Amino acid sequence: MRSFIKTFFLWELLQGLRVTLRAFFAPKFTVQYPEEKTPQSPRYRGLHALRRYANGQERCIACKLCEAVCPALAITIESDVGADGTRRTTRYDIDLFKCIYCGFCEEACPVDAIVETRIHEYHMEHRGENIMTKDKLLAVGERYEAMINADKAADARYR
Amino acid sequence: MARNMAEIRSYTMNFGPQHPAAHGVLRLVLEMDGEVVQKADPHVGLLHRATEKLAESKPYNQSIGYMDRLDYVSMMCNEHAYVLAIEKLLGVTPPERAQYIRVMFDEITRVLNHLMWLGAHGLDIGAMTIFLYCFREREDLMDCYEAVSGTRMHATYYRPGGVYRDLPDTLPKYQPSRFRSAKEINRLNEARSGSLLDFIDDFTTRFPAAIDEYETLLTDNRIWKQRTVNIGVVTPERALNLGFTGPMLRGSGIAWDLRKKQPYEVYDRMDFDIPVGLNGDCYDRYLCRIEELRQSNRIVKQCVDWLQQNPGPVMVDDHKIVPPRREAMKGDMESLIHHFKLFTEGYSVPAGESYAAVEAPKGEFGIYLVSDGANKPYRLKCRAPGFPHLAALEEMTRGHMLADVVAVIGTLDIVFGEIDR
Repeated sequence: MRSFIKTFFLWELLQGLRVTLRAFFAPKFTVQYPEEKTPQSPRYRGLHALRRYANGQERCIACKLCEAVCPALAITIESDVGADGTRRTTRYDIDLFKCIYCGFCEEACPVDAIVETRIHEYHMEHRGENIMTKDKLLAVGERYEAMINADKAADARYR
Repeated sequence: MARNMAEIRSYTMNFGPQHPAAHGVLRLVLEMDGEVVQKADPHVGLLHRATEKLAESKPYNQSIGYMDRLDYVSMMCNEHAYVLAIEKLLGVTPPERAQYIRVMFDEITRVLNHLMWLGAHGLDIGAMTIFLYCFREREDLMDCYEAVSGTRMHATYYRPGGVYRDLPDTLPKYQPSRFRSAKEINRLNEARSGSLLDFIDDFTTRFPAAIDEYETLLTDNRIWKQRTVNIGVVTPERALNLGFTGPMLRGSGIAWDLRKKQPYEVYDRMDFDIPVGLNGDCYDRYLCRIEELRQSNRIVKQCVDWLQQNPGPVMVDDHKIVPPRREAMKGDMESLIHHFKLFTEGYSVPAGESYAAVEAPKGEFGIYLVSDGANKPYRLKCRAPGFPHLAALEEMTRGHMLADVVAVIGTLDIVFGEIDR
């Protein structure tokens, strides 16, 4: 009898509606992207960057560890002796379409030159822009050096 | 006489690969008699990426990232099977803390997977709200993924010999914005004030109430029951013969769970139960998975308690397999040599073969590895749980209506990343 009444009055459906009604008045979880953003970990693996030392010298020494360890073969490096007699890259390309953002290049780099930043909002408008050339990577590094530095410092003791 | 009779032929229909209920790229060729399914023929291979073959051309560690992409809703479980197979050949046991971290993240992954399944399955059968609620909780767990690995899905976090980094002591916080008052921001950041473990601990206390919410919406709901009860019934014998594992097998009433039957890592120290179904229909499998959410929550809680009390290393200290810490690498020559060796040619694994299986959210996910002593696998084979499940689709749908095919596909919990690999 009891279950009959419950069935007849759509009891379980009303219970469900109570849950949705409560959610209707509860504080919202929606994040108003892009004005508002969700928190991002300093370990975030996004767009790559090449860094420089504080004196402006390029960190990369063309050891090609990142090229060797890259599972997707997304990195291409060519090297030569630079003007000051040191070994430098003449070409450093990352194909963002091939890259799987595993972070191995950053792990491999002995001089902290190639890093994955927490930048995840980037786009391409033309064919070929998916190749991050050395200049583009260095530009990203220069522009976001403060953020990269803080992120790497925050994570340094875990690595 | 025969001339006047209209010829009745079954109607062949394509279901997918662009159908929203086909869960990715399933192409199902259905032979219909009116609205009743006569024959269902799943066509696979549209997401084939040759992961097994690719693994043969790379040093062992470089394939970890590709394991994430097999079953792309239970990422760390796939990695787990892969690193376990390598560890078996190398004869390495990760430190205890790493084992607890792995168990914890396996269970977080299970919750992630089941929430995704619940939301998508509900959406398929017509329950919209549940999807939004599931993704609300998923968001928190994704943040845990991001906090440890730096990515919200494809973690590349487990390594042979442990896990890459220890759990972070701080979590990123919500920043003030014009959409939320300072009070609201404080409320959002409350759980984030401590370490990652505190955050997960807070989640485990909140989560049972959330499961109750899902259950209020679905378990007794008459529409949900009409769509799932007695749909896609599999008897226990057939389930065994078809090679079912995971919730598909347990839904049919067989209490088989690798975490209990052949415990790996520290599962033998965990206190949890295995839910089993009675009838082997879609509804029972739904109940099983809901109960698994609760059990996983229990395991996560136990891991959090242990991890909070026992700090320690998360990687073995053998630099023939594991790269040295960065400060050591920058400091001394020996470590730098190890670093260069490991990141160029990797490590060699003794010749032999191994099979390691984990109880992935979908069932038994296994990696069979053959090594010829080189730094790359000679052969890698993935045992994906979804494959035998999909193979049973025809048996489960024959005689059902077209709309029930959607319910059955949902209950199979198939992901094409692992089926096509």
